[in-house]
Amino acid sequence: MRHAIRFYLGDTLHTVAGEACSMTLLDWLRHQGRTGTKEGCNEGDCGACTVIVIRLRRGRLAVRAVNACIQLVAMLDGACVMTVEDVGGPDALHPVQKAMVAASGSQCGFCTPGFVMSMIAYRCMDGAPDDDASIDAALAGNLCRCTGYAPIVRAMKQALSIPGAPGGVSGGAPGNAPGSTPGSTAGDEDGAGAAFEARIAALQPRLLALAASDDVEIDTGTSSLFIPAHAESLAARLVAHPGTVMVAGATDVGLWITKGMRALPRLAFIAQCPDLLRLEETRSGLHVGAAVTYEEVAAPFGRMLPSFGALIARIGSTPIRNSATLCGNIANGSPIGDGPPALIAADAVLHLRHGDARRDLPLDAYFLAYGKQDLAAGEFVEGVTIPRPAPDTFYRVYKVSKRFDQDISAVCGAFALRRDAEGRIVHIRIAFGGMAATPCRARETEAFLLGRVWNEETLAKSRDILTRDFTPLSDMRASAWYRMRVAGNLLIRFFEESREAADDPDNPNVPGAPNVLEKSRGLSHV
Amino acid sequence: MSEAPTHERGRTVKHESATLHVTGRASYIDDLPEPKSLLHLAPGLSARAHARVVSLDFSEVLAVPGVVRVLTCADIVGQNQVSPVHAEDEPLLADGVVHHVGQIVFVVVATERGIARRAARKARITYEDLPAVLDIATAQSGEEDLVWRPLTMERGQAEAALEASPRRLGGSLTLGGQEHFYLEGQVALAQPGEAGEMRVWSSTQHPSETQHLVASVLGRPHHLVTTEVRRMGGGFGGKETQANSCACLAALAAELTGQAVKMRLDRDDDMMTTGKRHDFSIAYEVGFTPRGDILAVDMTLSARCGWSADLSGPVTDRALFHADNAYYYPDVRLHSRAFRTNTQSNTAFRGFGGPQGIVAAERLIEEIAFATGQDPLDIRLRNLYGTGHRDVTPYHMTVEDSISDLVLTRLAEQCDYRKRRAALRAFNAQSRILRKGIAITPVKFGISFTATHYNQAGALVHVYTDGSVQVNHGGTEMGQGLHTKMVQIVMREFALPAEMVRITATTTGKVPNTSATAASSGADLNGMAVLDAVTRIKSRMIDYAAAKWQVSPQDIRFTTDGVRIGHEIVPFRQLAWEVYFARISLSANGFYRTPRISWNPATGRGRPFYYFAYGAACAEVTIDRLTGENTIDRVDILHDAGESLNPEIDIGQIEGGFVQGAGWLTTEELVWDKEGVLKTHAPSTYKIPACSDRPRIFNVSLLENAPNREETIYRSKAVGEPPFVHGVAVLHALSDAIASVDDYRRCPRLDAPATPEAILRCLARLEGEPL
Repeated sequence: MRHAIRFYLGDTLHTVAGEACSMTLLDWLRHQGRTGTKEGCNEGDCGACTVIVIRLRRGRLAVRAVNACIQLVAMLDGACVMTVEDVGGPDALHPVQKAMVAASGSQCGFCTPGFVMSMIAYRCMDGAPDDDASIDAALAGNLCRCTGYAPIVRAMKQALSIPGAPGGVSGGAPGNAPGSTPGSTAGDEDGAGAAFEARIAALQPRLLALAASDDVEIDTGTSSLFIPAHAESLAARLVAHPGTVMVAGATDVGLWITKGMRALPRLAFIAQCPDLLRLEETRSGLHVGAAVTYEEVAAPFGRMLPSFGALIARIGSTPIRNSATLCGNIANGSPIGDGPPALIAADAVLHLRHGDARRDLPLDAYFLAYGKQDLAAGEFVEGVTIPRPAPDTFYRVYKVSKRFDQDISAVCGAFALRRDAEGRIVHIRIAFGGMAATPCRARETEAFLLGRVWNEETLAKSRDILTRDFTPLSDMRASAWYRMRVAGNLLIRFFEESREAADDPDNPNVPGAPNVLEKSRGLSHV
Repeated sequence: MSEAPTHERGRTVKHESATLHVTGRASYIDDLPEPKSLLHLAPGLSARAHARVVSLDFSEVLAVPGVVRVLTCADIVGQNQVSPVHAEDEPLLADGVVHHVGQIVFVVVATERGIARRAARKARITYEDLPAVLDIATAQSGEEDLVWRPLTMERGQAEAALEASPRRLGGSLTLGGQEHFYLEGQVALAQPGEAGEMRVWSSTQHPSETQHLVASVLGRPHHLVTTEVRRMGGGFGGKETQANSCACLAALAAELTGQAVKMRLDRDDDMMTTGKRHDFSIAYEVGFTPRGDILAVDMTLSARCGWSADLSGPVTDRALFHADNAYYYPDVRLHSRAFRTNTQSNTAFRGFGGPQGIVAAERLIEEIAFATGQDPLDIRLRNLYGTGHRDVTPYHMTVEDSISDLVLTRLAEQCDYRKRRAALRAFNAQSRILRKGIAITPVKFGISFTATHYNQAGALVHVYTDGSVQVNHGGTEMGQGLHTKMVQIVMREFALPAEMVRITATTTGKVPNTSATAASSGADLNGMAVLDAVTRIKSRMIDYAAAKWQVSPQDIRFTTDGVRIGHEIVPFRQLAWEVYFARISLSANGFYRTPRISWNPATGRGRPFYYFAYGAACAEVTIDRLTGENTIDRVDILHDAGESLNPEIDIGQIEGGFVQGAGWLTTEELVWDKEGVLKTHAPSTYKIPACSDRPRIFNVSLLENAPNREETIYRSKAVGEPPFVHGVAVLHALSDAIASVDDYRRCPRLDAPATPEAILRCLARLEGEPL
């Protein structure tokens, strides 16, 4: 058992124990005099605090932009943190910084360091594409109130165009080529960029030396912070102290601290727990461990259920998806949670563990009531399995929110459909988030549709029945009227798309005419 | 060699802090080195919209280790009053009654910010509720409680002309407010000095007002208080008066503890307590000819002002000043009502009421277009101000510089508006679910503070003996590039490279009695003051050189090679040294006041604006009939910055202003619950545009060869607020797309913000049966 955490800040190894471990990374950095990293919102929405965290993830270096305001220092065990102070000084600007100056990408300058860090992280990625949609996705977690973004995007494109730019140091997501060598072909133009990437590459052995083999426990005076080296010790810990709050990416729990100012006496940090990092793509489906981030599942989901992959591109933002986990999104029991409705429609199965006892649960049985899940004291979500859909399954998920990127759904609807040769529905799943106190299925509508032929008439009736399945609430995101109306309209969208996919001869739409806004994009960079 | 290349080189100067920004080395207030034993403040906010405070119990607050003390209004040494307009209705700390959810009732002083924040939540306050008025509708239905006198502008006989109009229609529109969402929240640091001195670093757009209010709260003369700000992390009007509270509270705590004190608001507290853009409800009647010529307009513009006057008077005034936008109203009556409500006290925000008035004018145009079955662009062109005729505003000022016709026509041609409009209609006829819309809207924006005395500025320029120059002025830098433009003026006049000119933090100790950096006036006013100071020094240098070298002053010119004196070239630094050696001052104050302006609110007449800035925007959008979601597909903007001081900075203002304006009218929605609690008090719930919300195609250009007709600094025009208005084109493009579902028969009357929900509601109203 260790009682301190170890991580690099730039090139300097820090060993931190006690109270400092429960500070947010942002506060800790600013106390270190690293004032280039700014606090804009303290909840992971504005990106002014974006820093780069480099880790060994499944043995490879992963360079990720994260929000420092909702990471706790304890979560950095074994990592290297780079702030804007690490990437290039006034006399040796990184190509991204140079491009930001050249393109007038800063006005008030307060969001700028965060943008610079997101841009550098993006540029570090294997073959980072320079199309608008990919850049929008990479920068969705950074808000700028001055520039209207146009010059920042111009700067990003300029920085990507510099020869020798994107190194190969990213990786992380399975399926990507392993890359531990930076693009070293850079000429003078990319001097500072190449130097930075070389520094990242040189981290491999240093981080390997920090890899944890034993549990870490920190007593901050007011709380106990536990970092299990294995799921085994996590399970035992939770049995011994059932009140322990589990933290993966802290994109939810971080807010309990910064905004709720809650005292959390026992925390367990699972993000680096190797046996919870399982991510398996098999013929039968996809298994996702509790510590797997949204960013890591985007590509495999994109391959198995492209519509789900496109949804993931709109969950949170890049820095949030770099921290947040699919299982955390399930475990926290949000009534909206964009992951759960999509998973329910895909018949996902949840794996729960209590000590050494394990049980499986269909995901829709897990959400009992608002804020209440079928989770015993000391039990935890170990993973989730999403079965591979039958080839003739038509699956779609639609997220509707006030803003396209980085917003919480007003309504999120997910649908799965299979028909027999006569066009009768033999399998139907309709799941919604934002329509009830939990993500849940439209069971009456499903029951009505099962066995019927999927046509205009059935569609019209099913929209009426849908109003019996839900009594949504009004809040600041949308009114009950809007939610109900959109839920019904998403049935129409699903119908239209299924008919298009099936080459329905009765389809009244003009062939090839778009029915979905072009903004609805997939993760083009995965 | 000559002045022209210097000038051209000067025009392409990058933001003076760009390198500091991108390296994280630009210091904001919270980044300054912290003084020894610094204390921190956190506010305790009212939980009720309107209530008597029955009891305050801080025992649990004070029991928290690290808490030094709690301050309430009873601790205020001087005046508990921070109304910027001396309405005496804005206590710094609540005094017996709370007026909105989020009003600051007390502050906790502690050794750490986190301790102060956590402790503030432990206060126990009991309230006795009073009736609360939360919105304009309720305010209109009750006994009229206004924070400011109503203003009426009248020309001709609106009522009679309406009666006589062959066509006439009326309606109403509502416009939501807007949170500034400056990325750097409100922050101030106060340090007590000797003999009652207080230094305050404040993220403020109005250092002089901050200085005066700190002095008043401390009961001190102004000369003991110095306010300083190097830069803000965004302002947009949100730090014109709203920075004062943090500064005054930090200074008060510093005074009482004898220690340095910092107050930096958490984002949620910032949004709960500070004012926003005014939301408006506007009732209109318009009379017009069958061809669409406006004959008469009668409008009442009602604003939700919040709990105190703040700047609501001038804001509602400016709404009237712009309720004509670029259009001539032959007979007109405009009336404002500034309602007091139990919500945050609404305040300055880029445009300052102007955009709200302009949206009303554009609604009239749209109504007439639908009523007469014409392209709204034709209605716009038909009703623009003329030159020499049809050129008098509702406030009896003659528009002498109208170029709206040129700008609108040229933009429509440049962006192929008419052809694209026809193509979009063809698309809509074929598309069931996605619909496209296009609109082109002009802006004419009045430049000058309508409070005439604000139209003055000062500057202080020092030339040192090595030829380097320090410049200071009364304006503040919030990202708009003001400091860069001021440096450019010095560079151009002395023909010096950028590295020889240093701009320093704005401080009341260098230039006193300044105006807010607001009303787009920063470069106009301070630029002329800087020019004045530089000219004074220059003329002393010229006089000295003329005498020594025995040449005529006309034969002395400042060039990039040095000062050309007759046939000789003398390095600038050498001349500076010689002038010093001759015991001649190399330092000068500059001063400027805007000529030709006057305004009398009692009569509703005058020439409140020195000139107008013009522009036009064309927006194309797509909406999704199933959800109301939408995209901005293309935007073209042609904008008039006069002889632009720095085209790249000005284009940055236009791009940023447009996106901010489009955000106001689309995704940015402020929602209060029925208890008056703002539910959208963080970026998780309040959605400003993100990167992907910018127009997919975004063409911005400046109007070429269009020097200001008035003698502004190098004939440039102000460029801060006018481009914000270009966002209005998006609202009308959305409306155009919506109108397609009813085959363009009815004016959709789309209110703002046009959120997906608002669009779906509007569609539902027009569609009858959906799809």
